[in-house]
Amino acid sequence: MNGCSRFRWDKGEVFHLKRIIAKEEYCMGCGLCEVYCTVQHSKSKDIIKAFNRENPRPLSRVKLEVHKPVSFAIQCRHCEDAPCVTACLSGAMQRDEETALVTHNADKCIGCWTCIMVCPYGAIKRDASGKVVSKCDLCLELEVPACVANCPNGALLCKEVKT
Amino acid sequence: MPKYVIVGASAAGIGAVEAIREVDPVGTLTVISEEPCPQYSRPMISDLVSGKANLEKMLCRKDQFWQKKDVQALTGRTAIFLNLAEKWIALDKGDRVSFKKLLIATGGKPFVPKIEGAEKEGVFTFTTLSDAESLAAKIESAKSALVVGGGLIGVSVTEALVKRGLKVTMVELKGNILSLILDQTASEMVENVISNAGVTIATGQTVQRILGKPEVDNVVGGAILTNGELVPCDLVIIAIGVIPRLELVSATDVKTNRGIIVDKFMRTNVSDVYASGDVAEAYDFVIGENRLLPLWPLAQLEGKVAGYNMAGKKAEYPGGTAMSALKYFGIPIISIGIANPREDGTYEILVKHQPERNIYKKIVLKDNVIVGLTLVNEIERAGILFHLMKNCVRVKKFKQELLSEDFSLATLSRSLRRKLYPGEY
Repeated sequence: MNGCSRFRWDKGEVFHLKRIIAKEEYCMGCGLCEVYCTVQHSKSKDIIKAFNRENPRPLSRVKLEVHKPVSFAIQCRHCEDAPCVTACLSGAMQRDEETALVTHNADKCIGCWTCIMVCPYGAIKRDASGKVVSKCDLCLELEVPACVANCPNGALLCKEVKT
Repeated sequence: MPKYVIVGASAAGIGAVEAIREVDPVGTLTVISEEPCPQYSRPMISDLVSGKANLEKMLCRKDQFWQKKDVQALTGRTAIFLNLAEKWIALDKGDRVSFKKLLIATGGKPFVPKIEGAEKEGVFTFTTLSDAESLAAKIESAKSALVVGGGLIGVSVTEALVKRGLKVTMVELKGNILSLILDQTASEMVENVISNAGVTIATGQTVQRILGKPEVDNVVGGAILTNGELVPCDLVIIAIGVIPRLELVSATDVKTNRGIIVDKFMRTNVSDVYASGDVAEAYDFVIGENRLLPLWPLAQLEGKVAGYNMAGKKAEYPGGTAMSALKYFGIPIISIGIANPREDGTYEILVKHQPERNIYKKIVLKDNVIVGLTLVNEIERAGILFHLMKNCVRVKKFKQELLSEDFSLATLSRSLRRKLYPGEY
């Protein structure tokens, strides 16, 4: 498991952004990334309760893309020049000034689907309610995002990107 | 003298402010807006009418947006005259604002055809917050409404009125609603859900005359359609479309066609004068020409490009095209580019239609490049397809998979992914 401390500025005020990258040559297509993403974004944070009791079941924000023999997991890339932020009609999709992450505010979201239209990765989806969108938040409350931490074969890792 | 002046503070103006401040945190920046609180989302005015959103929710930027961006915001003010030779703008109360770089982002105004009786109380247009507020104020006392125009604005206001319990008749001149962005099949799917919500749709019709109430003639009581039919109604909403607001430049050297003509840097023909948003004719990469595309996301992007260039960072507008995401009446639709190609053999059409699942997907290809995209109910992969479209990717090798539910980045070859998503794979 690779260490993925969150965000920091170094002394020269250079910003280091963490990104999740997929190593498709290591991906076995097991789908545990989706399972643990679902758990992490559930109310209970419990795998059994999240899958069996929560209704609607929380959606995984990471998507395992499979086209045999290729497979890899895709989640929001927090693009530097994010089309979803520019296109958002309501201001729900914003670039966070502190973390430089693309954040989605579900309370402001009006479910117009414009971000889905412009995301080149197909990394935004309608959430379980069908009323707003949902996407990767990089599990800010965790040291390591759930999908990265639980990938059994090192096919997802956190990388530091200098901006 | 303010270095930058922006006229108009909706999508394009906001995009420009953010871009300018990214490059130049200190250059003086003045924004002129007719609206008292301009940083709201115009596409959300229907949510205000339906009661789904209040003004606070409609604000697409925070209250302190202007202060935070160090902008002198002249809100509730109108720019009435532009002197290009001396580089100043006259405002409504007689004062002047000088500029070094100017962005005209005055947007559009509703197109209102000449209809007898259009001056009566109860006739509305539907473009601004104040339009929506005036309409919302009348709803409680109204039972029925007539919406003129079956385009995006017409459908959005219809949905809002239905949610407020009004009986709505929608009148559309063409044979189908949303005919600019949908083909007949997709349009009929929307017509079905709208009709099921209790709306009467009258296609091939427009309004001939608006009538008063028998007791008070200057208050709307009904309308006569071109086929002679009388539709009783308490409100008439004219939602045909918007046309560019060219008043400020009409007596100047700024070149216009239907809108202000701009290059890929959002420059007009006059140096230091830029234009963006609904007032400008920017490049459409699908048809290969400049044209009016009054759409929020494009306006914001155009404003951003203008802002960068005004502040000295070279930025090129990649081009836009007709692109709409629809949520109305609970039927998610994404439509990009050509929806109704000419039937002259130059286009290839891929279709997946599953009426039992309410799914309709159509891709229009020209020389194996995607030039049109319509997705009804299964919209999740739209962005990837749009990316292929923007990058003119030849899809010959995998075109049979484009409409599959499982279509994803993994469908693309590794070399294509590397090319399209640099630094990722």
